[in-house]
Amino acid sequence: MNAPSRIVRRKLDLRNGCVDLSHGSGGRAMAQLIAEIFHPAFDNRWLRLGNDQAVFDSPPGRLAMTTDGYVISPLFFPGGDIGSLAVHGTVNDIAMSGARPLYLTASFILEEGFPLADLKRIADSMGAAARAANVTIVAGDTKVVERGKADGVFISTAGVGVVPPGLDLSGDNARAGDVVIVSGTMGDHGVAIMSCRENLRFDTDLVSDSAALHGLVDCVVGAAGQSLRTMRDPTRGGLAATLNEIAHQSGVGIRIVESAIPVRPEVAAACELLGLDPLHVANEGKLVAIVAADGAEAMLAAMRAHPQGAQAAIIGKVVEDEHHFVQMTTAFGGDRIVDWLSGEQLPRIC
Amino acid sequence: MKYVDEYRDGSLARAIASTIRAEARPDASYRFMEFCGGHTHAISRYGVEDLLPPNVRMIHGPGCPVCVLPIGRIDDAIRLASMADVTLCTYGDLMRVPASGGKSLLQAKARGADIRMVYSTLDAVRIAEVEPTRKVVFFAIGFETTTPPTAMAILAAERKGLNNFSIFCNHVLTPAAIQNILESPEVRSLGAIRIDGFIGPAHVSTVIGTRPYEFFAEEFRKPVVVAGFEPLDVMQAILMLVRQVNEGRAEVENEYIRAVSAEGNVKAQQIVSTIFELRDSFEWRGLGLVPFSALRLREKYGRFDAEKLFSIETAPAQDNPACECGAILRGVKRPVDCRLFGSVCTPETPMGSCMVSSEGACAAHWTYGRFRQHVSNRERAAQ
Repeated sequence: MNAPSRIVRRKLDLRNGCVDLSHGSGGRAMAQLIAEIFHPAFDNRWLRLGNDQAVFDSPPGRLAMTTDGYVISPLFFPGGDIGSLAVHGTVNDIAMSGARPLYLTASFILEEGFPLADLKRIADSMGAAARAANVTIVAGDTKVVERGKADGVFISTAGVGVVPPGLDLSGDNARAGDVVIVSGTMGDHGVAIMSCRENLRFDTDLVSDSAALHGLVDCVVGAAGQSLRTMRDPTRGGLAATLNEIAHQSGVGIRIVESAIPVRPEVAAACELLGLDPLHVANEGKLVAIVAADGAEAMLAAMRAHPQGAQAAIIGKVVEDEHHFVQMTTAFGGDRIVDWLSGEQLPRIC
Repeated sequence: MKYVDEYRDGSLARAIASTIRAEARPDASYRFMEFCGGHTHAISRYGVEDLLPPNVRMIHGPGCPVCVLPIGRIDDAIRLASMADVTLCTYGDLMRVPASGGKSLLQAKARGADIRMVYSTLDAVRIAEVEPTRKVVFFAIGFETTTPPTAMAILAAERKGLNNFSIFCNHVLTPAAIQNILESPEVRSLGAIRIDGFIGPAHVSTVIGTRPYEFFAEEFRKPVVVAGFEPLDVMQAILMLVRQVNEGRAEVENEYIRAVSAEGNVKAQQIVSTIFELRDSFEWRGLGLVPFSALRLREKYGRFDAEKLFSIETAPAQDNPACECGAILRGVKRPVDCRLFGSVCTPETPMGSCMVSSEGACAAHWTYGRFRQHVSNRERAAQ
């Protein structure tokens, strides 16, 4: 994302202008787009240097690295937009290792004709989310594809963070007897997105829970210490997918209790109406933690003391099970499997 | 959530369960068929069977509209959707149903067929309205519950003067299917399956009422209890069936009085009979050709009938020979009796229709209940 320093050109029309193919051609138009939209939004010393890469000192400790793509529809939704979501999603993937997120990169695939005003809104929101999460977007890329070959804007990100010494969280760490904790209500993001989809649209005050969780993670790691086994953010596929992943990675079973799982009434109602299971619906600002039983209460208390974990709850435990089933005691009193989602519940949720 | 939580209350469920345990005679066994996939789904999802005594067992019936649709009709839909000027609108759960030659609507869509998933028939009418150059066909399936919305779509298309909207009609009738099961050799003479009573449909009965079931109660001496789709409805209905059996009664009772009357929704019935008429016969997966068991558009509405407009003549098509969907739909076999179940046939790669719809017996057992077979294996091993 390097912009030549002398550009003789009229300013971008950020009110009525739109992206055209020249904005991805590597010429002056692209440099102007970067200089007038992305640099002000992400401003930092690496971008100002104008190199093709960011060079920075690596802090001591192990590095955590991740990558993610964002294709959400609609681009703007209650509680966020594709820009803030891209930052939150990447920050969270890093933070789940216990790492402190440091740097992100962002690559934009823009569709010819996309309004510059919307692009600026997304870039500004992304910059604000990055500053709030204390991470820096140090490199980027912009490509433009012909009209109809994309849907407005797609963003892909990468991120790095540094893991505190002595911490080794991994999905294969869960052991029989461990406790399963969620940080709050399940399904808010997915239902908020559905509520504004063209073919579903329904009225609700619900907003996406999209948020950076590194602060909550700090609290959790501080309180649980060595008793923390693993953390994961239950995004696509919801809590069900996350628990199944952990069960398979660790070679264990998981037993949860339906009545212990926090779900907002409006999410439960929307799921009821649409025939969905809240446990399959995506979250973008929640985490699942597996913790040894002796650290569970301390961790729950620490989570609840943090604003992002006020509704945290113990929802179940890890058990021995050669089939690696995730099983749930229903509120009704019977037992059932909580399976991965089959097929596609809702495309382009993040 | 009001009007929902009340019907999923665990303590009430335990109370009904203990009454069932107390009233079910220990020396007798009770085998009831829940006709509807909605009940099958509720039983599996809420773990209703865990609350029942061992001598009260449920047999899953054929009441899953996706499951009973024969392969030939899916082949027809794929052929329709592959026509350059046709837009096929369908409910989402039909997309993955396996058709002949390993095809499906989902694959046809990926290869470029214009197939749109809709949530209501009126969405399809709207597509026809805003895209007048497309021939929009709605793939109509379902029992009496979904027939009135299809009828409403035709009336809406007529009112709007649309000449690019049609229905590929696959609507089927519940009473005909129940009668077919009761008259099947397995039930009637061979005694391969014993059915002591039926849990009658919930949503279907809101439309047709409880009267149509009286024939079964009288003719076949089988109690019928119409019940809602919530798990407490199912528990209550099971208790009512146990009582009927114990008292030697075979009556139609209505547990779902908050939504179902004896007459049903007369207005919906009138609209349906204005537009549809009985077919002489229709093929059901699992049941074969069932006389007077399905509807087609009346001559007067022929211009909305995709079968006429596109000269559809359904060719016979074979299920996978190892697939037991047919026997499972008749209640003769259980999902675990099928060799394909859980090995090559899972919701991700369904071989048969019962594994596709969430109301299908195989999908319900796989998704919610497959731990049970391992539990029972363990218990057997321990003995």
